Amino acid sequence: MRWIWIDKFLEFESGKRAVALKNVTLAEEHLHDHFPGFPIMPECLMIEAMAQTAGILVGEARQFKEKVILAKIKNAVFYHYVQPGDTITLHAEIESIAPEAASTTGQIKRGDTLIAQISMMFSHVDKNLAGKHFPEENFVFTDMFNSLLSGFVDQKNAGGKN
Amino acid sequence: MAMSRDDIFNQVREVLVDALGLDDGDVTEDATLMGDLGAESIDFLDIVFRLEKAFNIKVPREELFPAEAVMNNPEYVSGGKVTAKGLAELKSRMPHTNFSEFEKNPDVNKIADLFTVGAIVNFIEGKLK
Repeated sequence: MRWIWIDKFLEFESGKRAVALKNVTLAEEHLHDHFPGFPIMPECLMIEAMAQTAGILVGEARQFKEKVILAKIKNAVFYHYVQPGDTITLHAEIESIAPEAASTTGQIKRGDTLIAQISMMFSHVDKNLAGKHFPEENFVFTDMFNSLLSGFVDQKNAGGKN
Repeated sequence: MAMSRDDIFNQVREVLVDALGLDDGDVTEDATLMGDLGAESIDFLDIVFRLEKAFNIKVPREELFPAEAVMNNPEYVSGGKVTAKGLAELKSRMPHTNFSEFEKNPDVNKIADLFTVGAIVNFIEGKLK
């Protein structure tokens, strides 16, 4: 099972930018403990949601041929809490992309309110581990991610095929 | 107007402070990226991207940090030491780097010490000419 922290894409401009949406609900059990009586979405999960938004953007830019791994959180600043009932949008942009890696910038918003700013580095992992080998199959981009992009990109390119 | 070496150093320092979470004072010409400033491999790519943006130039990673290719070639490394041939190769690929200390004991584990702040400044200076 993969924990997917985005519900759908709203916009997807190949190789450039993407906007994803997440609805936050009290049905997410971890919110009962984080914190009792004061449920807020953990910041680490907002980082993961951004990593999924930006990671799919980076993966699609190379037709999902690379295994795209979050390598570094360059910067993450949070301005507001996110609570059950909130809809957040995750706005990711590719800043630089090279054969070995990519860097992205991003914002999380609730309506027009800025919730967080998060910049990341992704490694194209096969190109960065001299001599080490990973499985042929693309374990990063599974069918679950594939379905998120339906309607935005050519399906034959997506989803775990090298 | 061409940038002076001081201007380049100041901008390189800003890049490194942002990329590695340092204080201005940590970044000196002699500081080694990995040993003194705590850079890891992914940071090298981050630094390359930031340098490209800061100076509006293209920086092929293997040009600025070519040691990986040399280290993986058995002709260039033998018994944990860089061979004479390997040293010649490194020198030709890294003209922006000072080899005087490394040459005394070309231990392969010391290759990381070649990547200094000064070497980056030299590299950028060469690129901007």
